[in-house]
Amino acid sequence: MAAEHGTAAEALVGQVVLPGDLLLLPAHYDEDAEGERLRLSAGAAPQGRLLCGPGLRRSGAGLLVTKCGLLRHRPAGGGAYWVDSQQKRYVPVKGDHVIGIVTAKAGDVFRLDVGGSEPASLSYLAFEGATKRNRPNVQVGDLIYGQFVVANKDMEPEMVCIDSSGKSSGMGIIGQDGFLFKVSLGLIRKLLAPKCEIIQELSQLYPFELVLGMNGRIWVKAKTVQQTLIIVNILEACEYMTAEQRKQALAKLSGN
Amino acid sequence: TVTSLSPGDTSVMAGLYGPAEAKVSKELPDRAALEVLLRPKVGLPGVLERSREQLLRQTCEAVVLGVLHPRTAISLVLQVLSDAGSLLSCCLNAACMALLDAGLPLATLFCGVTCALQPDGTILLDPSSRQEQEARAILTFAIASSERKVLMATTKGSCSVEEMQQCLAAAQRAADTIFQFYRDSVRRRYSKS
Repeated sequence: MAAEHGTAAEALVGQVVLPGDLLLLPAHYDEDAEGERLRLSAGAAPQGRLLCGPGLRRSGAGLLVTKCGLLRHRPAGGGAYWVDSQQKRYVPVKGDHVIGIVTAKAGDVFRLDVGGSEPASLSYLAFEGATKRNRPNVQVGDLIYGQFVVANKDMEPEMVCIDSSGKSSGMGIIGQDGFLFKVSLGLIRKLLAPKCEIIQELSQLYPFELVLGMNGRIWVKAKTVQQTLIIVNILEACEYMTAEQRKQALAKLSGN
Repeated sequence: TVTSLSPGDTSVMAGLYGPAEAKVSKELPDRAALEVLLRPKVGLPGVLERSREQLLRQTCEAVVLGVLHPRTAISLVLQVLSDAGSLLSCCLNAACMALLDAGLPLATLFCGVTCALQPDGTILLDPSSRQEQEARAILTFAIASSERKVLMATTKGSCSVEEMQQCLAAAQRAADTIFQFYRDSVRRRYSKS
């Protein structure tokens, strides 16, 4: 098949790649070249490290694709390659902002369900302005928006609701009412892109509050229950609708 | 995710769940624990289903990068919707598409091809139930997409070593069509977004 014995990575950017495909990198990324080469001129020096993103693994001569999807490339900062894949199951990644559901209170930590293979832990001190005397008012079943500080395959994931300077910056317990639902991870990434058309078009329809979790969970709250449900249905359908169909659906709704 | 596959009239629906929380008794400290459940169209699963589950499990374990998800469980459930021959290779293809669709990290793709060796020595690919009954031997191979290596081979009946080599060569050629089908399906799926 096309990429059995390795195709240049640049040639496949923007195209579909399948697991097992081998991507060859240009020679100047290879830092451990065979034999010793004295670099006397600055001409062919490597320009920083290449980042191997999700869906790719380093293997011998190049990068091995491990997930199916579209190959993407970002030339900034030494270059990064990754595979844009569609998936519904979330795997915790450090630094991701997610919506978790409190399932248990065990002593000093809360156990949160984040949709991964293990419940995450959240210490009661990890909220803005929380001290041992001033505990946050968190009950089982509450929704929490936080970020991962520890998330790797070997340890239980840990979340916090403050950033590195101690401020909450939008994280914490999500208020009452509203509607929580799950979509695929690809849709979340599309919605989080700057100047997302879907969000702009929806905001012209009704005013609403929206929280997007990288684990595929979205929380929406509008003025009435009916408006909330309409926004939920549109966001869920956005996965399968093209831009045209979406504009038509919104035009019909704003006409009513 | 749920995908179904049907060569001819044989049809299998596959659902893949994972990486999810594993029971303490089943979790492995360094890899994901893969479990395959094969449900026949009628009746309860018997010994034949159990042996096929083990073949599928060993094939999937060889390609899934389980070390990236230790202490998790990956469950693959296959439901036979109709059986008109070549069932095991249909299950293999459905399993691969389910793994692909769910976004699990894979080292390579695989496909299943069944060969029937007829009494006069001719080789038939993807035999129907009738051809399977009349054949002298039925060989099923799981072929990987990287260099067409053999991941799994199972034989029912008797054949000579040369005949097996010929069946393997025919299966490796046929695997190209199946991998091209995988590529086209994935292309169609990503062209919509």
